[in-house]
Amino acid sequence: MSQLNALQKRRQSGVVTMAILLVIFTFIFYVTSSRVEPVIYSFYLGDEWKLISEWEIGSKSGVMIFLIFALIGVTISFIQFKNNKKITLGSLMFGFGSIMAFLSWAAAGKFIPLTGLLQAAVLLAVPLIFGSMAGLLCEKSGVINIAIEGQLLFSAFVSAVVASLSQNLILGLISAPIAGALVSWILAYFSIKFQVDQVILGFVINVLVLGLTNFFYTVLLVPYESTWNAAGSFSAIPIPVLSKIPVIGPILFNQTIIVYLMYLIVTVIQIALFKSKWGLRTRAVGELPIAADSVGIDVNKLRFRNVLIAGAVAGVGGAVFTIGAVGVFSQSMTAGAGFIALACLIFGKWSPKGAFIAALFFGFTNSLQSNLSIAGVPIPSEFMLMIPYIATIIAVSGLIGRVRAPAADGIPYLRGTK
Amino acid sequence: MSIELKGITKKFGALVANDSIDLKVARGEIHAILGENGAGKSTLMNIVYGLVNADSGKVLVEDKEVIINEPADALKYGIGMVHQHFMLIPVFTVAENIALGREQSKGGFLSLDEIKKKIKLLAEEFKFDIDPDSLIENLPVGVQQRVEIIKALIYDAKVLILDEPTAVLTPQETDELLSIMRTLKSKGTSIIFITHKLREVQDVADKITIIRLGKVVNTVASNTSQEELASMMVGRQVDLAPNKTEVKPGKIILDINNLSVSNSLGRKIIDSLSLQVRAGEILAIAGVQGNGQSELARAIVNLEDHVSGSIKLDQKEILGITVQDSLRAGIAYIPESRELDGLISSFSIVENLILDVHDISPAAKKGRLNPDYINDNSAKLVNEFDIRAQSIFDPASSLSGGNKQKVVLARELSREVKLVVASQPTRGLDVGSIEFVYEKLLAERSANRAILLLSSELDEVLELADRIAVIYKGEIVGEVGSDVSREKLGLMMAGIK
Repeated sequence: MSQLNALQKRRQSGVVTMAILLVIFTFIFYVTSSRVEPVIYSFYLGDEWKLISEWEIGSKSGVMIFLIFALIGVTISFIQFKNNKKITLGSLMFGFGSIMAFLSWAAAGKFIPLTGLLQAAVLLAVPLIFGSMAGLLCEKSGVINIAIEGQLLFSAFVSAVVASLSQNLILGLISAPIAGALVSWILAYFSIKFQVDQVILGFVINVLVLGLTNFFYTVLLVPYESTWNAAGSFSAIPIPVLSKIPVIGPILFNQTIIVYLMYLIVTVIQIALFKSKWGLRTRAVGELPIAADSVGIDVNKLRFRNVLIAGAVAGVGGAVFTIGAVGVFSQSMTAGAGFIALACLIFGKWSPKGAFIAALFFGFTNSLQSNLSIAGVPIPSEFMLMIPYIATIIAVSGLIGRVRAPAADGIPYLRGTK
Repeated sequence: MSIELKGITKKFGALVANDSIDLKVARGEIHAILGENGAGKSTLMNIVYGLVNADSGKVLVEDKEVIINEPADALKYGIGMVHQHFMLIPVFTVAENIALGREQSKGGFLSLDEIKKKIKLLAEEFKFDIDPDSLIENLPVGVQQRVEIIKALIYDAKVLILDEPTAVLTPQETDELLSIMRTLKSKGTSIIFITHKLREVQDVADKITIIRLGKVVNTVASNTSQEELASMMVGRQVDLAPNKTEVKPGKIILDINNLSVSNSLGRKIIDSLSLQVRAGEILAIAGVQGNGQSELARAIVNLEDHVSGSIKLDQKEILGITVQDSLRAGIAYIPESRELDGLISSFSIVENLILDVHDISPAAKKGRLNPDYINDNSAKLVNEFDIRAQSIFDPASSLSGGNKQKVVLARELSREVKLVVASQPTRGLDVGSIEFVYEKLLAERSANRAILLLSSELDEVLELADRIAVIYKGEIVGEVGSDVSREKLGLMMAGIK
């Protein structure tokens, strides 16, 4: 066989990995499985047009159907690999088939509200998407943003407090990006003006925000809960017609205003980054700042502005935790979402689209995990929670393609140096 | 457009890079600035372009004083610059790179149509073969340079600064560049041409200003002889023709067969390359930068990862052993970048001199360093290699380029050596240090060592080599004696056999 280049080799190892996994899945979920009780998938939530409401299938038959689907995916991947093409489609089919086969196996005799599960997945993904967009805006222009966690947490706190004091959710939502930008300002000021190491600075900011919010939570929010920590939350706004589409409608178009804001922001960033003057300059500054400087672009000003915008975007994401969901603030409630957002950014290869999909995937596994443990499936939920991280490690190790950060990511720019 | 500099002074700490420099360039004039590396040429031009701000002095454009604080100002006054390290973003297309900084938008969206049209027009005018939609990283260096020139012209440059533009070109590409410069001149563009190559200066320049140690030595006409130019540049009589004694080549020391090296993306950088070097001879690998020279040198000391084939040192296979074992098997390695690969800048001279033997006797005993031996040995080497430093405990970063290279030479040549691999050993050095390096390499040759010299300086290759192998795109195009003509060598460097 002729020599393969690195890309082909990676595809080859992708196909081989999928084939091996498929054999293992077949063995566990089908050959050795003694589960026969049927799984009930429910698709109907109540408001949308009814297409089908439930689908009941025997555990083993379900596993078989979806494993065959996964096998088709592997086959397509193999054919694409042979034809020297991308194996994305086949991989997605394999992924879908495997997950469903797993579900059919794990949930034997149980009830799986599929639409509800996916709706929750989107909701769980929203802060991750805002967070990864914040990371993207910074890193594309060459500033590493480890402080996403701090930006999320601080704006979650501020939006809850503002909304409680004013008894106005819109004011809470407006205050969130300001709070996020404020945290970003610290990052921008010290990393750009004084060339402080961005990773260390970001980490310090996270610790700072954690300490601050914990302090105010204990001295203000707990004792004066009714005035300081009773924000309430946005209710879902169903979009006419669209929200009626079976399955997709409730998942995508019966959400809160923040979710719609997220659609808008992701779309704008995706287009602006690749199709606008600002986008070209941002990417230039993140790749080779001296080249941008040599054509008269103020590198540090652009970076400063991008970091501030990033903070504002993360800020909206922070509001999801409080006024977008439970309505109150609690200590360190972001629980590492900022770091997962960073993982989404890497998983999505520093592209808005990619990060968006990655975040949805993370949201999905998270939602699956909670649904399965509610349904009483005997798999420790911690294992389920590990899946996104394992997937990230695989992604970073290069299996899904070359993951390349912007060339000047994390390097301060000083004129006269390189 | 005419441009004039008056009393430009710039200090970096104690170092005076530019000492009240005066320079006058008339409209439509090609004005060469000639000087050794470190003479202050690039600093001066970066001041004119606004990348560096002068401590004092004036810049006059069309006899009016202008303030240039940043590149945007320079562009405003019609000053363009093609930098030695290209200011092109590798992952952008030609059009995106050229549009950057003066983008046009239509309804908020970036519009590249007009810039593409302009690029095509200019490319036609100068007979460049450039597709505005190709990615920079896929273009050869010579073409990238043309993109830079177009970039400057589209910005309406009336004064074009070319900073060492020929360093990355083959002799033929150099000739083409010189003719482009003449065309530009005929259209009224003034050109400031920075170089240290005398031949090019005489060929194309109207006036030549020689800079030494940050000061203007003289401004002369282009009919000044090369010898005169050289002595003004260096400050004394120079004779770069080294003293080569007759040495009879001995047995084969380095025997490379079918060597292939790929980069991390799987692209072949070196393709089935074979060569032999005998004891007592210098084999020079000539070629334009970036044709696999660095990878070849690194592969020999096992610094490359994706390697196949065979490398025999004195009949023993060494491919795949560790770097340390390669060095201890008898290879002296003078890497291309002394700052990055040859030295640890923050370490002292003493420490740098034992990097290779720090873990074995006599430098270390029972796991502890042996300072008595180490210091004595350093003092001896510093003396022997004429390393000029305040103290042997100074960090390597405090040394000049020439002295850094001497530290590398001192360390590498103080081992038991059979083969010397010298990769661009004189790059960026002053003439005195170049002479020293030549002397040392020739001494190794006289001591019957095999020497593999990788150099993109044609003069160096022609003067030192016993045999010359030309490398192009990772393959040896052919092998010739040192009596080959420049023209033939130039053609071979462009891949033509």
